[in-house]
Amino acid sequence: MTEDQVKQIVIDIINEIAPDEDTGDIKHEVALREQMDLDSMDFLDIVMELRKQHGIEVPEADYPELASLQSCADYLTPKFNAK
Amino acid sequence: MELDRIVITGLGLTAPNGNNLEEFRANLLAGIGHVQSIEMRYMGQVPAGVCNFDPKQYQSRKELRVGTRAGSIAIYCAHEAIKHSGLDFEGFDKSRIGVYVGTTEHGNVETENEVYNISQFNYDVRYWTHHHNPRTVANNPAGEITINTGITGPHYTIGAACAAGNAGLIQAVQMLRLGEVDFALAGGVSESIQTFGIFAGFKSQGALAEHADPNKASRPFDKSRNGIVVSEGGAIYCLERLSDAQARGATILGEIAGYRINSDASDYVLPNPERQAECMRQALTSAGMEPSDIDIVNTHATSTPQGDIQEIKAVAEVFGECPNTYVNNTKSYIGHAMGAAGALELAGNLPSFQDNFIHPTINIDELDPECALPNLVVNKPLKVDAVKVIFNNSFGMLGINSALIVKKFES
Repeated sequence: MTEDQVKQIVIDIINEIAPDEDTGDIKHEVALREQMDLDSMDFLDIVMELRKQHGIEVPEADYPELASLQSCADYLTPKFNAK
Repeated sequence: MELDRIVITGLGLTAPNGNNLEEFRANLLAGIGHVQSIEMRYMGQVPAGVCNFDPKQYQSRKELRVGTRAGSIAIYCAHEAIKHSGLDFEGFDKSRIGVYVGTTEHGNVETENEVYNISQFNYDVRYWTHHHNPRTVANNPAGEITINTGITGPHYTIGAACAAGNAGLIQAVQMLRLGEVDFALAGGVSESIQTFGIFAGFKSQGALAEHADPNKASRPFDKSRNGIVVSEGGAIYCLERLSDAQARGATILGEIAGYRINSDASDYVLPNPERQAECMRQALTSAGMEPSDIDIVNTHATSTPQGDIQEIKAVAEVFGECPNTYVNNTKSYIGHAMGAAGALELAGNLPSFQDNFIHPTINIDELDPECALPNLVVNKPLKVDAVKVIFNNSFGMLGINSALIVKKFES
């Protein structure tokens, strides 16, 4: 799986959990919370959907890795490819 | 001690047959109810009262995803009520507004959904949502109103089984009189149609309505009635001290004249007509009224074979000698809106102060002789010379009885 595919998976999840947000022009290197109205519960939703939809586990200590779209891709792509 | 006079200055509602007072009232006078058949998890088709307001009118899609149905109903009704009241909400001190929402139960829906959800994952609790607890805390529907509107005064729910709608209003009256708040949003809400447990519980109790035509399923006082139709809904009122309402030139829809809540102290489920009658009499005493002062008694009757008879006995004992006191019922149109029932049923009668019509109880093909009060308004509305006082009964499990008296405002 490529980084772009992983980014699309994360965007799809954000579209589900934060349906009022416009993810069309999301900046990959900027923290998601700086661009969108996302709170800590929303990040828990992202973790839950990665688990439910893709069987990917994100331990609590690694939550900071989900800060931006790029950091999500950096962190999650190896996990997806290790499945 | 002279107590402050408390008045109703706004009202927002959603019922299965109306999303505002005008629509609701028009349907009550036209004999139009709305109950439909819905698919219930594990049970199949059941009759239920479903509301069709647009929740996106006042909530973002994210709020809808995170919150509860009871929260959505409460938010819709609260916004409609504030709008109706004409209050300068933006300019009002939000810390002086209290939110008091009656609920029969809260949390069953959300917990059942999560149990079902993890059943799809072999009961692995890692899939249990972190939203579960904020959705199921008992104050949820009232708290969602405050988050959505920015109200920073007190909020909580009043758990009072199916007497909760009245209990929410009574709580607001007390808090206004204590000076705890200057403006109150109060009433009741119900999301109960989302939980199979409520339906299954009534079915096991032999108290769930069945009828080939869903709109005939809720038929209090009809000889063939066989149980309750569970419904969702909500009614939130704006209440103020009379002096405050007059100072801002508010339109006054009615005045709280008196109330009483008491307990049967006898059974978990079975009503107790002796205590119900006592509750009604004590409400009259608190209002300084005689039974003959009452123009409309809106019954709680839920269409169960025994419960309806018990309430009629109590009503007859208190109001039996009053030739000008009429009796009606609203559940025949919309089923039993549980925590919202008392508040919605009062709402449906409030316009009587202006139009002098008493809406009937419908769906009576054959009146049960044991429920045949001479002044029961059956199947068609009754026009009277004047409606000045409405008496609203709401009773609930564990033997909680409530009676609320609202009178036409006269300065």
